[in-house]
Amino acid sequence: MSQRLVNWFKFASPATFYPLAGKAWPWFAALGTAFAAVGLWISFFVAPTDFQQGEGYRIIFIHVPASWMSMFIYCVMALWAAIGITFNTRLSGMMSSALAPTGALFAFISLWTGALWGKPMWGAWWVWDARLTSELILLFLYLGYIALTAAIDDPRRADKAGAIVSLVGVVNVPIIYFSVKWWNTLHQGASVSMTKAPTMATTMLWGMLIMALAFWMYSIAIALYRVRAIILERERHATWVAELPEMQA
Amino acid sequence: MNWGSTSEFFAMGGYGLYVWGSFGVTALTLLIETVLVRKRYSDTRRALRRELAADRENQE
Amino acid sequence: MNAFIAIVRRDLLLAARRKSEVFTALFFFMIVASLFPLGIGAETSLLRRIAPGVLWVAALLAAMLSLNRMFAADHQDGTLEQMALSPTPLALLVSGKVFAHWLTSGLPLVLLAPVLGLQFDLSPRSLGILMISLLLGTPLLSLIGAIGAALTLGVRGGGVLLSLLVLPLYIPALIFGAGAVEADMAGLGAGGHLSLLGALLALAAFFAPWAATAALRIALE
Repeated sequence: MSQRLVNWFKFASPATFYPLAGKAWPWFAALGTAFAAVGLWISFFVAPTDFQQGEGYRIIFIHVPASWMSMFIYCVMALWAAIGITFNTRLSGMMSSALAPTGALFAFISLWTGALWGKPMWGAWWVWDARLTSELILLFLYLGYIALTAAIDDPRRADKAGAIVSLVGVVNVPIIYFSVKWWNTLHQGASVSMTKAPTMATTMLWGMLIMALAFWMYSIAIALYRVRAIILERERHATWVAELPEMQA
Repeated sequence: MNWGSTSEFFAMGGYGLYVWGSFGVTALTLLIETVLVRKRYSDTRRALRRELAADRENQE
Repeated sequence: MNAFIAIVRRDLLLAARRKSEVFTALFFFMIVASLFPLGIGAETSLLRRIAPGVLWVAALLAAMLSLNRMFAADHQDGTLEQMALSPTPLALLVSGKVFAHWLTSGLPLVLLAPVLGLQFDLSPRSLGILMISLLLGTPLLSLIGAIGAALTLGVRGGGVLLSLLVLPLYIPALIFGAGAVEADMAGLGAGGHLSLLGALLALAAFFAPWAATAALRIALE
């Protein structure tokens, strides 16, 4: 047991994680590209035209996976935050801050594609639908995290403050979602829902799942790449950095 | 196969602006993020290499 | 418990010496609420419809104004560090400070709200519900705000950052608070909204001082 524990903490050290991340990210990037190719092929060539929504419904093949990713990345950030607070590992804060911009980007993509889906379907770029509103608030939560960690100069303090923000946020996300849904029913908002599309055929589900996998692999690859940059920035005075092969003249 | 011709494919049954707007912006933003992260990494690495080289010269 | 009461008394005393800060937030609340009819038009039925939302948003903003002062003065003169070192649990002292903040910035809003509600032609019954919803909601604002205030302590650009952090977390309070009045006006009964608001308050009263304490310890390191 203790042996296993030691091994885990070995990976939590930036010095061991840096080369590991360097070896791992190309694999995830390759997997992401492959999944994206299959996903795009399904979304444009396999999935049939929807008889109600025409070709416009193909947007959901990126809209829904992007929404999933934005929520999932927030949860992963909070998980890293919890690990960081419990075990006081340096790497967890770096992982959180490496994930945040990607999560915010997916929240933005989800809103953007939601607007482009809404215009032809609902006749308006923005509808105060419960899902879209929650997604907007999630984007605000991401921006709050990024702004706070950017405003604190000491990286260790920034990590810890960010950890608290993401934990408070992750507790609040379900409350916010529930309250927005409640508000939406009270105000009789648009009842059309994207995932309640009339024919939720299996090909559609497969397309969304594979696109979600593609986004997932992309997120892992980009987060690993970004965390390598963060590690270098923060550990610039460590001896192991000076001994890295890419640092030799 | 859903599409008779390439122009049909790009027209997306009249939804071309919306569909390509979505997929295009997604691809573009992901690409921009990748470029920015690569730049951040290589900038840091270059700065560190220069710093280390300067240190080595000072020691010699 | 004695320490809790002592902190509340101390903070109230300090607030009494700086009355202008309390009144600034109140005036802000009044002015913001009075701007809406000027911007939208004074049609009574419209005003009645928007009143709960407008008053609640104005209350959110007014409560935000005083947040960054919750810990700032104690942080500057070193009192906060003494508190962290004292044998009394810091979370208890933080709860005391939050309670004092609510007494000086939340409670006045609750008392002032019915007067502003009259400007919007709310019925006495709606005014009552508005007061109850604010009574349950404003402590929630102080509790959540305390986390944000502790996190942004001594951080540059703290004020704007604080609003960015805290306002999204205020959304459930806004929805249930304003929703309670609206639901009652629509004849649906405010019970559901108010009990949810109460549940949120209980949850926040349990977790928020703890999170704010953790954030304060980071700021004090």
